[in-house]
Amino acid sequence: MSTDRYSIFSLLRETLRGHTGWKPAWRSPEPKPHYDVVIVGGGGHGLATAHYLAKTYGVRNVAVLEKGWIGGGNVGRNTTIVRSNYLLPGNIPFYEHSMKLWEGLEQDLNYNAMVSQRGILNLFHSDGQRDAYARRGNAMRMHGVDAELVDAPELKRILPMLDFDNARFPIKGALRQKRAGTVRHDAVAWGYARSADGFGVDIIQNCEVTGFRIEDGRIEGVETSRGFVGASKVGLACAGNSSRVAAMAGLRLPIESHALQAFVSEGIKPFIDTVCTFGAGHFYVSQSDKGGLVFGGDIDGYNSYAQRGNLPTVEDVLESGMAVMPAIGRVKLLRSWGGIMDMSMDGSPIIDTTPVEGLYLNAGWCYGGFKATPASGDSFAHLIAKDAPHPVATAYRLDRFATGRTIDEKGVGAQPNLH
Amino acid sequence: MRIACPYCGARGVDEFSYLGDATVVRPDPAAETALADFVDYVHTRENPFGRHRELWQHASGCQSWLVVTRDTRTHAIEAVEVAKDVALARGEAK
Ligand SMILES: Cc1cc2nc3c(=O)[nH]c(=O)nc-3n(C[C@H](O)[C@H](O)[C@H](O)COP(=O)(O)OP(=O)(O)OC[C@H]3O[C@@H](n4cnc5c(N)ncnc54)[C@H](O)[C@@H]3O)c2cc1C
Ligand SMILES: [Zn+2]
Repeated sequence: MSTDRYSIFSLLRETLRGHTGWKPAWRSPEPKPHYDVVIVGGGGHGLATAHYLAKTYGVRNVAVLEKGWIGGGNVGRNTTIVRSNYLLPGNIPFYEHSMKLWEGLEQDLNYNAMVSQRGILNLFHSDGQRDAYARRGNAMRMHGVDAELVDAPELKRILPMLDFDNARFPIKGALRQKRAGTVRHDAVAWGYARSADGFGVDIIQNCEVTGFRIEDGRIEGVETSRGFVGASKVGLACAGNSSRVAAMAGLRLPIESHALQAFVSEGIKPFIDTVCTFGAGHFYVSQSDKGGLVFGGDIDGYNSYAQRGNLPTVEDVLESGMAVMPAIGRVKLLRSWGGIMDMSMDGSPIIDTTPVEGLYLNAGWCYGGFKATPASGDSFAHLIAKDAPHPVATAYRLDRFATGRTIDEKGVGAQPNLH
Repeated sequence: MRIACPYCGARGVDEFSYLGDATVVRPDPAAETALADFVDYVHTRENPFGRHRELWQHASGCQSWLVVTRDTRTHAIEAVEVAKDVALARGEAK
């Protein structure tokens, strides 16, 4: 069960052996009849939950059930940006906890997740936007998060390729978080899976949950495409499909499913060594280690489970890119794809118990749940193991829509396609 | 995706703006359960995997509000109706 440690010595040893001695990073076990905890969904959040359950909270009789293969969902489809530049009190401590876990992740997992703190620069284009970003930066600093305002001359040294004198949206500066950056997304799924497996967690792929067994309001287990699996506690981490899965347990959620697209260009020489976001349209870009520009923009904006988007959004994203960084017009687009996300009614996530005893919910991550992966896993594991919310995740309640304690970073109200 | 506006014909989706689920109905504010009903009306959604009735406005065209019946798995559109006709058929005020 225990996994080999990866190190310079294991690499040298295997080099001499012609790489014949590597073992699979996780097993492919048959489901057991009963587990203490079953996690539904083998994305980043489900696998991270299993890792922290086993490592931090000592709960090791755990299975993660994934209907496809791990990493095939949003965890392998996102644009890999991690940051903790939030404004609202319910969010900042949570995302900063996540950032700190990212900073120690590779040592914790003994896995190279290519955590790259290359920084993020959110551009501003008007005095009003500068004030708004200054306020955000101050809120971050009051919570102990790094933030600084960069003026236009300094920004010109960092990102000379920007269209500073754009007639419509001149670039006046940026809010910078130096500790933000990117992380290799599939490696996050694989690293958490390998670590959880090492603690004895069963990761069961091609196993779709098709129903719940509930007796007297208490969870007894899950029906799956591979038979019934008993469980004392069940945690849902089914990003994008949360409404569908929760409906099988009789729950209706404050969520709509929406498609978000992402894009990668052909590989080019080093062009941009940080993450940059346009403040007047919606466009964010970084460069992968292979040289491709990885970028995205707005969600398509209507309910969808299709895992692909439509052309008007492609055009919109590319126009935004051209407006801020005209040089990319010479670069060929290699691929684009889509993922389905839970868009919640206030744009913030839910980590909470449910009316069904023993059933726990982790949902509503919108387009920003990759950066949350470590803190979401830690908080969800805490909730499941101790039946009490993690101190950094107390605001992510399911009943906040009824009590008026919504967390609306964008201030657009209960209109999911606008968050 | 193209939406066949009853007034303007089939137009690209970028001419339309989206509001969401067309089946939610504003509850009676005088009902005893009004508070819970409104929480549900504002926040809770069926979010179906498949057939969805949804409100769109032909914002860059004739401005009409439409009820579009669309499959969320494929984006295939089954029907487009004028929202006012749907509301009248449901017996709502003129
Ligand atoms: C194009 C795109 C770009 C993004 N960019 C960023 C970004 O730059 N930064 C950021 O922070 N976030 C980003 N996000 C959001 C982020 O990817 C998601 O919020 C996050 O990955 C969701 O959590 P997850 O990893 O657990 O989801 P997933 O990987 O989708 O995991 C959910 C899993 O549940 C499984 N499942 C569903 N139903 C069942 C069932 N019935 N039985 C068993 N298994 C089931 C699915 O197969 C899936 O594998 C982006 C998303 C997309 C689509
Ligand atoms: Zn029209």
